[in-house]
This record gives sequence, structure tokens and C-alpha cells, in this order.
Amino acid sequence: MTDVNVIINEKIEKFGKERQALMPILQGIVADKNYITEDELLLVAETLDLSAADVYGTATFYTFLDVVPRGKYVIRVCKTISCHMAGKDQIIDTLEKTLSIKLGETTTDKKFTLLQANCMGWCHKGPVMLINDEVYPELTPEKAIAIIAEYIAK
Amino acid sequence: MAKYEVNLKINNIPVTVEEGSTILDAAKKLNFRVPTLCQHPDLCVAGNCRVCVVEQKGAKALPAACATPVSEGMEIFTNSQKVRTARTHIIELLLSEHNSECTSCYKNGKCELQALANEYRVNENLFIKLVDKNTYTIDNFSPAIIKDDSKCIRCQRCVRTCASMQFVSALAVSHKGDKQKISTFFDKSMNDVVCTNCGQCVNRCPTGALVEKNYIDQVWDAVNNPKIHVVVQTAPSVRIGLGEDLGLEPGNRVTGKMVSALKRIGFDSVLDTDFSADLTIMEEGTELLTRLKKALVDKDETVALPMTTSCSPGWIKFIEHKYPSLLPNVSTCKSPQQMFGALAKTFYAQKKGLKVENMISVSIMPCTAKKYEADRPEMRSSGFKDVDYVLTTRELAMMIRQAGICFEDLPNEKYDSIMGESSGAAVIFGATGGVMEAALRTAYEIVTGREVPFANLDIVPVRGFEGIKEAKVLIKDVLPEWGFLEGAELSCAIAHGLANANKLMAAVVSGEVNYHFIEIMACPGGCLGGGGQPIPTSPEIRAKRMEAIYEEDANMAIRKSHENPEITAIYAEFLGKPNGHKSHELLHTHYVKRKGY
Ligand code: SF4
Ligand code: SF4
Ligand code: SF4
Ligand code: FES
Ligand code: FES
Repeated sequence: MTDVNVIINEKIEKFGKERQALMPILQGIVADKNYITEDELLLVAETLDLSAADVYGTATFYTFLDVVPRGKYVIRVCKTISCHMAGKDQIIDTLEKTLSIKLGETTTDKKFTLLQANCMGWCHKGPVMLINDEVYPELTPEKAIAIIAEYIAK
Repeated sequence: MAKYEVNLKINNIPVTVEEGSTILDAAKKLNFRVPTLCQHPDLCVAGNCRVCVVEQKGAKALPAACATPVSEGMEIFTNSQKVRTARTHIIELLLSEHNSECTSCYKNGKCELQALANEYRVNENLFIKLVDKNTYTIDNFSPAIIKDDSKCIRCQRCVRTCASMQFVSALAVSHKGDKQKISTFFDKSMNDVVCTNCGQCVNRCPTGALVEKNYIDQVWDAVNNPKIHVVVQTAPSVRIGLGEDLGLEPGNRVTGKMVSALKRIGFDSVLDTDFSADLTIMEEGTELLTRLKKALVDKDETVALPMTTSCSPGWIKFIEHKYPSLLPNVSTCKSPQQMFGALAKTFYAQKKGLKVENMISVSIMPCTAKKYEADRPEMRSSGFKDVDYVLTTRELAMMIRQAGICFEDLPNEKYDSIMGESSGAAVIFGATGGVMEAALRTAYEIVTGREVPFANLDIVPVRGFEGIKEAKVLIKDVLPEWGFLEGAELSCAIAHGLANANKLMAAVVSGEVNYHFIEIMACPGGCLGGGGQPIPTSPEIRAKRMEAIYEEDANMAIRKSHENPEITAIYAEFLGKPNGHKSHELLHTHYVKRKGY
């Protein structure tokens, strides 16, 4: 994990100390460790001289910017109609059983978080899930289990 | 740049308006009322609630009247069948996400959403009710404000108010879709964040989502308890606002009727915050002169100048959060409300032979931040809570209605004694610039032995609605003991609304400006536009209230704080001298640095 101050300074150098640096900073923190803490949000707000409530509002607007603790691998299963019809519920069932967690939860070893997301543009190859930045299309329950096994082994 | 005129027709009637006007402005000019929710005369356009939709000939979509500028030849219909159906659906959709429980809602009868639902006779069952599916929080931890998300229509008036008028941005829009809501930082309680409790958002919220925490029942209990002696104090601007909530036009001065009503409600003694406003002038004026002496004569570099006023608790919380390094600049004087409270339970209790534990002190304020102030741990100089309950102007109006009093027919009555006497200088505390004017009337006279050199004592340069005002007063031919001020030019500034206060403080910090004395009021227009004043408050209404305040001043027999006989008496009998030992114990306070969110 990189120190947040390093991320903040790097983005400020590139985008300036204005509001336009906000999204890159938030994305930078999430890319590094999947979620942003309260203290980090506050630090960002103070550094950019923005209202803390405003920064919180921006962060919570985006599905991919999390402000609650997440595991090392964040699994997002598409919940939109094409994937729904292609059987995303079965995939979620399988993942819940394999990981012993419910939707929205994180495993006790902090390795996996299971979430849903809206359409990812892979509708022709649903059901689809995302693990961090990696896309896994045309899932079946068996395939899903195999993919998770790979991550567990990592 | 000259503005062009635009000709259009509304409901087939031609009308000409300035370029840049909205359809709503044009409709208003013809006296067609178009319903609105997110629109507010103090705020920028949001265009998010859509209840103001109208039909435009030739256009497919229905434009929002509040957000669409007029164009030449436009033909608008504000009440066609298409419009009515669309509006009804929009209201129904709003209600499908709304916890409609009007009968038990604090806003019942005063709610803009309820009024619209009433006017459009909506059928609530058309859309799936989302309220049952969502979970909502009610935040009632703050002593001043209750935030109930289940009543919020997300019009964002509060967000815009807090950002543009107050530069606090304690509230922002968070999440999205059906989860969208108005949040503080990390959805903490309003009590735990940078919110100043100014109540400007409460004054603008169209529904029951943001309301003051009311203490009406507690006050009824007190006045109905024969064992308790209940004193009530009324702030300067309540007397010029209260009438609006009881059916009178803005700008009516109702001082005598208000006193009558309070007596009928059953308060044992009806007294005046104006008395302690006069006292504030004595204490704050002396504090300023002392600071000036230390700086000019003793060359004491630790003296914090400019000195700022401290009457506005919203301003105090703002500076505690945002400019903690400037806290030494804030006058140590308590606000008039708290000076009054501290004296009610000491001086007044002694004079009347009352046991303090059998007393309740109530204040009627144009302000929600005063509720928070009364709750601060510093405000217990009497050994008890100096002010037990703070009611807003609106809560008093509600009590008057509950008491079955016909306000308009009340006789004018006089304040009780003691601590009921006041001057015109005190009543103008309610308008931006008023404290400055009152302080100058007294300080100038103390130093020179002459009245301020303004016709009729009206210090016009400090009056009016300009965001930041400046005034300079040349002090010459001083009395011998004030020799060090001979030829000095006292430089003053005044800001109202926290966004203006922020600008002024930024300039003070950067050293761009150099003042001796600064007056700050958290609310636009000063207390007359306070968060606890009647709803609606708008620029025109504030202007009428301001006129009324200066009328009230002009009509007072005594116009200067130091000439209030009760002030001279309390110093002679009880306090000793301004800024003396007893004053410090009862009338002065200190401030705390607070966190930045
Ligand atoms: S906010 Fe208005 S509509 Fe909603 S319950 Fe209260 S009074 Fe009724
Ligand atoms: S709290 Fe009130 S003012 Fe703010 S968005 Fe909700 S309804 Fe509008
Ligand atoms: S009370 Fe004032 S500071 Fe607090 S949220 Fe409302 S407008 Fe902002
Ligand atoms: S519906 Fe799942 S990717 Fe588009
Ligand atoms: S009042 Fe026009 S969109 Fe809300």
C-alpha cells in the first residue's frame, strides 16, 4: 500500500490543487487499496480546500469509489437485465456459498468482498463479473468456482 | 450593458420581460402562479423538482418554468390539461418516496409539499411506495436542528443555502438513484460536524426534513406549573417578525401585542433581551476601548485587533471551526441572550427573592443557533442552565395559536420590570450594522462627551444589505482621559451571512485590510433574517423587516444604550463597572477550537 500523501501529492502535481484533482485522487486511493477511509477523505478535503461533506458526496456517488472497508479482491457481479436473464442469480448463489459470505459482505480474512454492479457493457457475454479490474464473462457456476480458487491460491 | 426586451405570451396574454428572465418571472408578472419547490428567491436555479413544468407551444417536452429563460415569440401555457396531469404525476412520484405522516409532522399546515398535494388532490397509490423499502435516519442529536431523511424531497435548497449563503457546506448530496440523500460528512450527526446551527437551511426547507428542535411542550409545562417562576426574554427582531406567522403582512411591529400574548400564555415575567443588548454595548464598548488603549498606549503587541462582535452564536461556531487562530479577536462578551440568562438567575432572582431552583428562563429568538448556545457548558454562570429553553419566533407563533389567542385583537402591553427597559440602540441589534451603530453611539459619546456626528443619531453608512460594509469615524476633541484616541480614525467593517463573514476574515488573515472593530451576523440581513424567523424569508421580506426595525428605533424615547436607566442602575447596584470582576464572572465567556468538518 502506498502512503495516501504520496498519492495526493502525485495527483496534485499532475492536475493542480483544485477540484479537478478530486476524482483522480479518490480513484488513486481506491486503485491502491479498494476503499477510502474517513481520515483519508478528510485529508483530501483539507488539502484541496473543499467541504468534507462535498467530498463524501462525490465519493458515495460512484459505485466504484468505496468508503467502507473492502477486501483485497472486490468481486462485482453485473445485476442488469441481460446478465440477470443469463443467470446472474445462480452466480451470486455460488459465490456466496463458495466464500461463505452474503452480498455486500467481506470474508473474515479480508480477502474478498462480494458486490453487485450495473451493466458493464458485456451484455452479449453475460453473466459477467469483475474482480478488481479483471473482467470474467460467460460465467457458469463451475467457472466461477474455478476463478475464485485461483484467487485463493494467489 | 443594456438588456433587451423579450415578448412572449403566457396563457394567450402578451407580456414583455427583460432578456434572461425565466418563464416563472414572466408568469409572475401576469399574476399566474406556477407551483415551485426547489426554487427559492435567495438561491441559484436548481431545476430538479420539476413541479413548475409548463407547456410550450411547439415543443414536445415540458420545460421547467424556473429554469428556462424566455425567448421571443414563446407561447406558454401554465395550466393546460397536459401540464396538470404531468404535475400531478410529479407530485405523486415525490410522495411515493415520502414518509407522508402529516398529522404528526412538525411541518403540518406549514409544508410546501403538503400544500401542493392538497391543491392537486393526488392519488397516492399510482406509484409503488418506496418509503417502506428504504431505511431512513432521523438525526435529533443536535439541540437545535432535527434532520429527518424520510421527509426529504432532495430539492437541495438546504445544500445551496449552506454553500452559497453560508460558505459552510455542512450538507451535500450523497449516493445516487433511490439512495440519493442529503448528507453531512460520513453521515455524522448535524451535532458532530461543522454545521453552525444557523438554521438558514431550516428556513428554506419546503418540507419537514429540516426543522428546529422545538421545546414548546417543555415551556407549556413550565408556565402551567404554579411552583415555577418563568421569566421570558424576547430578542429585538422577534417583535418585527412574529406578526408574519400570525397572519399579518411583513414589516408590522407587534411589540405590545407580543408582550400581551406572552402574559396571557402565562409567563410570570415578560422581559426584554433588548435590556441585555444595551448591556452588551457597555461591556463590548469598554472591551474595545481597553483593547485600543493597550495597543496604542501600552504598545502591547499581544492585543488582538480587529475585535469582532460575539452576539451571533452561528458566527461563533463558524469561527471556532474555520478560523480558530482568530479566536482571540472575538469579543469575550456573551451574547445578549446569555447575559440576560445569567442575570435572570442571579441579579433578578435576588431582587425578587426567588429560589433559582424554582425558576425557568425562556428566550424567544429569531435564531436556531441560540438553542445550541444555551446548551454550551460555558453558559451556566448562575450554577444552573442560564437559559433553559430557547424558542424560535415560529415556535412562539405556534404557542400563541395553541393558546387560542386572537393576536390581532390584543391590546398593546408593556414589558415587566426589572430588566424590561431598553433603548433604540438595542432594537437595531436585529439588523445587520445595528450592533456597530449602537456601539458607536455609545463609544463616541464616552470618549468625546458628544453625540455621534450623524443627523438624528442615524449612522446611515452602516445600514443596508450590502454584504460587507465599511465605516470610518474620526475621533477628535476627546475628553482628557481618552487623550490617546485624539485624532484617531476608528475603522470598522460589517458583514452579514457567513459567506460574507468568510470573505472578510480571509482578508483579515491575509492582512489586506486593517480594521479596529468588526460586526458579524451569521444570517443574511442580521437577526431579522434569522433561521428561526417566519417562513418564507426573502429579500423583499428582509427589507420590510429592516424598515420596521429602524422605525422601532426612531420611536424609542431612549436611543443610546448608556442612557437606559436600568443599565445605570444595574452597574450601581450589582455589577460595579463594565468589564469589572462581576461582569467577567457573569457576562463574559471563552471559545474553543473545533475540528474542520
Ligand atoms: S413533510 Fe409535509 S407532506 Fe411530509 S409529512 Fe410533513 S407535513 Fe406532510
Ligand atoms: S432537507 Fe429539505 S431543503 Fe434539503 S433537500 Fe431535503 S427537502 Fe430539500
Ligand atoms: S444550520 Fe446553517 S450551517 Fe448548519 S447545515 Fe443549515 S445552513 Fe448549514
Ligand atoms: S447487462 Fe450485464 S454487462 Fe450489460
Ligand atoms: S421549482 Fe422549477 S424545477 Fe423545482
